[in-house]
Amino acid sequence: MSETASKLEWRDVRIHLNGRAVLDGLNLSVAHGRSLVIIGGSGQGKSVTIKIAMGLMTPDSGQVLVDGVDVTHASGHDRRALFRRFGMLFQGAALFDSLAVWENVAFRLINADGVGRSEAKKRAIEAMSMVRLAANVADLYPSDLSGGMQKRVGLARAVIGSPEIIFFDEPTTGLDPITADAVNDLIVEQVKGLGCTTVSITHDLASARKIGDDVAMLQDGRIVWQGVVADLDRSGNPYVEQFIAGRADGPITASI
Amino acid sequence: MNPIRAVGRVTLDVFQFTGDVAMFAIRGVLPLFTPPWFFRQLGRQIMAIGYLSLPVVGLTAVFTGAALALNIYTGGGRFNAEQIMPQIVALGITRELGPVLAALMLAGRVSAAIAAELGAMRATEQIDAMRTLSTDPFRYLVAPRILAAVICLPLLTVVADLIGIAGGWLVATRTLAFNPTVYVRNTWDFLQAWDVESGLLKAAVFGFMVALMGCYHGYNATGGARGVGRATTLAVVSAAVMIFMSDYLLTTWFSRI
Repeated sequence: MSETASKLEWRDVRIHLNGRAVLDGLNLSVAHGRSLVIIGGSGQGKSVTIKIAMGLMTPDSGQVLVDGVDVTHASGHDRRALFRRFGMLFQGAALFDSLAVWENVAFRLINADGVGRSEAKKRAIEAMSMVRLAANVADLYPSDLSGGMQKRVGLARAVIGSPEIIFFDEPTTGLDPITADAVNDLIVEQVKGLGCTTVSITHDLASARKIGDDVAMLQDGRIVWQGVVADLDRSGNPYVEQFIAGRADGPITASI
Repeated sequence: MNPIRAVGRVTLDVFQFTGDVAMFAIRGVLPLFTPPWFFRQLGRQIMAIGYLSLPVVGLTAVFTGAALALNIYTGGGRFNAEQIMPQIVALGITRELGPVLAALMLAGRVSAAIAAELGAMRATEQIDAMRTLSTDPFRYLVAPRILAAVICLPLLTVVADLIGIAGGWLVATRTLAFNPTVYVRNTWDFLQAWDVESGLLKAAVFGFMVALMGCYHGYNATGGARGVGRATTLAVVSAAVMIFMSDYLLTTWFSRI
């Protein structure tokens, strides 16, 4: 496979939810080893885009390709095999309330890979140290942690299996600017360390600039602009310009 | 609304619900027959569903047994049949009230808790997260709860039977002047193994219903906190209705054996 070949691709993806076309012919691709950030207003289908790529939702039509292979309708063993190649940091971290922090981080190791609990705990603590979480946090429960710490636990859980593709759903939402920047740094550090491909969705332009190589703007179910992050401020695209400026007037109508 | 359309809508909804629940039950039960099995989860659920339900089931049974004894004594007195009270209490508790009351207590305590827990997990994307971690939520969340309830409810019913009969014994010997030894002997001599066994079989079916309804409504909860509340209510109501329906069907079937 050539270096520029797409690691992940959405091809003419369409989906209707509650009678509304959320994605209306989405075409998008991420090259191997690149970090793509999808920006766009609320309700534009950013989360749906990554849920379709992950296989958590099935589109009405279109294809999702990983390494050029159509995985849109993969199920059962094939889907579980795909999940092993993916990692995901959910918007609210989605940690399991009833499990200790280390059990959250090691969940895949224990329950899908059959790793023994003592070995899994050791590896979980190693993963936690990589995201600056002390070993004494391991036996706490998610409800004992701050939002920033929960995100870091979610990040440790996403990277522990050394995935090929990591998805970040609003990784800095709800965090103060300093904690958000620290989380961004950790994401960049982990992603560079693993050499994986990433897809992030965010409203946070500071985050997009920090963690992204490429940026795509999603509007009305389609990509209206895509380019490298350095071109974000000179895109010449009215949607991107309005989004960056944060103006209420322009082609994008605020959904209030 | 056109009444024919309304009837049609309700009929379609009932068929759709039945089909959905049946498919859900199959997906929840099939993992029990193939590895991997999550024994730690099963242990946790046995504690939550069985052990922690003991106080409420015991309290319900003792008061029901006592009240049943008083009612049978009063009713039996109308045709001078007070002395059959121990036998009727034992029969009523083991065949009917033990399993049904234990199941209803579990519907209120466990079905609601399962629906709320799974509903909250759905709302906070924990179930999606589990899938992305290559773990089937039906295998990890649903199957252990169903198996735990099917194991625990018959055991709770044994406890309810013993405590219910003890409640009747207490009332009979303390306030109605029954001889304690004779009461126990009458109960023991009268009861047949099938009286207890049929109650335990019912309990296993009720346990399945309680866990299934909790899991089904929780797993499919939508709409945030409001959806979780709705799922909890639906779980309790539908579990109770299914307990009564299956109780009648099983009793009819057992009476023909």
